[in-house]
Amino acid sequence: MSTSPALPLAFDETRRRGGILTGLLSSDLPRSRALSFILLAIFVLLAATPFLFSGSQPVGTAAKICVFIVLVASYDLLLGYSGIVSFAHTMFYGIGGYGIAIALERISPTWSSVAIGLVAALALSAVLAIAIGLLSLRVRAIFFSMITLAVATAAAVLASQLSEITGGEDGLSFQLPPALRPAFRLLSEPVFGTMINGRLLAYYLVFTVSLIVFLALLRIVNSPFGRVLQAIRENEFRAEALGYRVVAYRTAASVISALAATIAGALMALWLRYNGPDTTLSFSIMIDILLMVVIGGMGTMYGAVIGAALFVLAQSYLQVLMGAGNAALAGIPLLPNLIHPDRWLLWLGALFIISVYAFPGGIVGRLRQGKP
Amino acid sequence: MSDMAAQSSAPAELPRAKTDWLPLLLIPALALLALPFVGNPSTWVTLTVAGLAMGMMIFLMASGLTLVFGLMDIINFGHGVFISLGAYATLLVLGPLAGWALSDSIGLNLALLGLCILVAMAVTALAGAVFERVIVRPVYGSHLKQILVTMGGLIVTEQLIHAIWGASPIPIPLPQSLRGAFVLGDIVMERYRVIAVVIGLVVFLGMQLILNRTRIGLLIRAGVENPEMVEALGYRIRRLFVSVFIAGSALAGLGGVMWAFYRQTLTAGMGMEVMVLVFIVIIIGGLGSVGGCFVGSILVALVANYVGFIEPKLALISNILVMALVLIWRPQGLFPVARR
Repeated sequence: MSTSPALPLAFDETRRRGGILTGLLSSDLPRSRALSFILLAIFVLLAATPFLFSGSQPVGTAAKICVFIVLVASYDLLLGYSGIVSFAHTMFYGIGGYGIAIALERISPTWSSVAIGLVAALALSAVLAIAIGLLSLRVRAIFFSMITLAVATAAAVLASQLSEITGGEDGLSFQLPPALRPAFRLLSEPVFGTMINGRLLAYYLVFTVSLIVFLALLRIVNSPFGRVLQAIRENEFRAEALGYRVVAYRTAASVISALAATIAGALMALWLRYNGPDTTLSFSIMIDILLMVVIGGMGTMYGAVIGAALFVLAQSYLQVLMGAGNAALAGIPLLPNLIHPDRWLLWLGALFIISVYAFPGGIVGRLRQGKP
Repeated sequence: MSDMAAQSSAPAELPRAKTDWLPLLLIPALALLALPFVGNPSTWVTLTVAGLAMGMMIFLMASGLTLVFGLMDIINFGHGVFISLGAYATLLVLGPLAGWALSDSIGLNLALLGLCILVAMAVTALAGAVFERVIVRPVYGSHLKQILVTMGGLIVTEQLIHAIWGASPIPIPLPQSLRGAFVLGDIVMERYRVIAVVIGLVVFLGMQLILNRTRIGLLIRAGVENPEMVEALGYRIRRLFVSVFIAGSALAGLGGVMWAFYRQTLTAGMGMEVMVLVFIVIIIGGLGSVGGCFVGSILVALVANYVGFIEPKLALISNILVMALVLIWRPQGLFPVARR
């Protein structure tokens, strides 16, 4: 891709100059005032959602945004940084979800089963990612897209058919460890008018783990390893000629991305207390992830934050807006159908195509261009 | 080079490309191998015919994609939407001519099917032309962007189908005389599947004739191997590219009609559902090879049918297994296409 974002300074060089924040962000600062402001706003809002809004819907939306930031950022490691398109990302997401769900449902609702489920899921994801990578990245990168699509579909079919293990189409509902249940009270008195209960703890668990994984991914893409991935994306042949083993690097990238997606799936299952084919494995989630990465901005981790936040909000609130527009245009042929609330994906799809053509850096690329 | 020297003694004869028979032998070998496992010969014939029909339908849907890839190095993830579009286009015919479907006359029924196919191919050809111009043309040469943008085109077109025809599944009945089955002793062959086999064979032979016996086919094959050279010789390779893309879309439309009547329901996602199979088939066949696509389709469908009969649980992943085995044997697919 010719339109990659300008590379920031090397990590060590800026770390000597920067403070804690620079270290935390791996020297990959937003480099745009508007972008910094938006990111800060998203961070503060996500951190304070349970105290700012009442009711369960805003917290649910915020948790979904957190999980999707991790999921989309890990996908961006593949798509934006390594230049390969995988359609199996939801499979790893699903493995994480099923790992937690099966362990908590079959063994016991305790923290040790959470650990068992997560470790087993991570191991399975790593093995699958290595197998797919070695089988298909060797030949041509384009094989990878098609083979991941086939494997992901097979995984989805398997999950819905092996109902003794996975609960089939119905999925699995399970109990959380006691500290995360709504009935659990950490403090007897409310803080700022909000009860500190298990649900709140679950939210902050999701928030904290997402933040850590996101920062870790940011660190990875700004490491020498990440730099090699970008070099391979820009010119595979030259990277190979410089002595980097392209297949090994790409496979490693797909394994890291699969592991992060597995963690995201585990968080989603913990938050929903349920996992089924529709919540983690379906192809429509894969399409959502693609849209989020591209609209937010490929090749920047911050694009994942903005893409995920924008998309989840649009999913929840754009439909209301379109419903109003739909009612206003009633009576005109076809036009009301185009802005029917169910057609929101049509407009995001169009935005997606325009993004790929007109501003391949997505929203982040646009913001960085505007203000250096 | 030594081949060239041997050939020079007979200057009128050009060196013939060697036909690779091994993958072709796979099909009868597989069928024979399945016979003892299935046990009953008449069941075996039924399964084989059903598998052939299924394979032909997959071939119809996949052939356009592999042709477009071979010639233009374009991977169109939006191909599935042409399948759906072709299927929905049958409604344009079935709406006004509903009477033809109910009549008992086989002529009228076949005419209806033919008309559906024609209209669907016209619609998808037109859509293909628009798709090529708007979606694909700006991203020639970059696989990553092609995958992204054609996925975007898929999303938008699927949503447009929802907007135009509604989001709920639409049932379409098979014309009266195409229902039911031919019964020969113990052997049962569904009529519609026999028709699918015939249409699939006709299309395959037609494509082979055009590709191997006509001037256009010669240019297409030359374009696959070296587009710059064809252009340097004064042919407008762009025009050739576009017409192949349109033809590929029309073939997807044809496949969509056949697939729709087979499923007897229309959903906007039906194309994307079958795309997984289509991708498996063109990977097995070798990206860009029409013959490989044909063999791959039949192979996948036969294996799915036999395995589904012998061990139903395994049938779900039989496609992936076939693909893995073929790729271990020949990493570039059954008939690797020589590329620059």
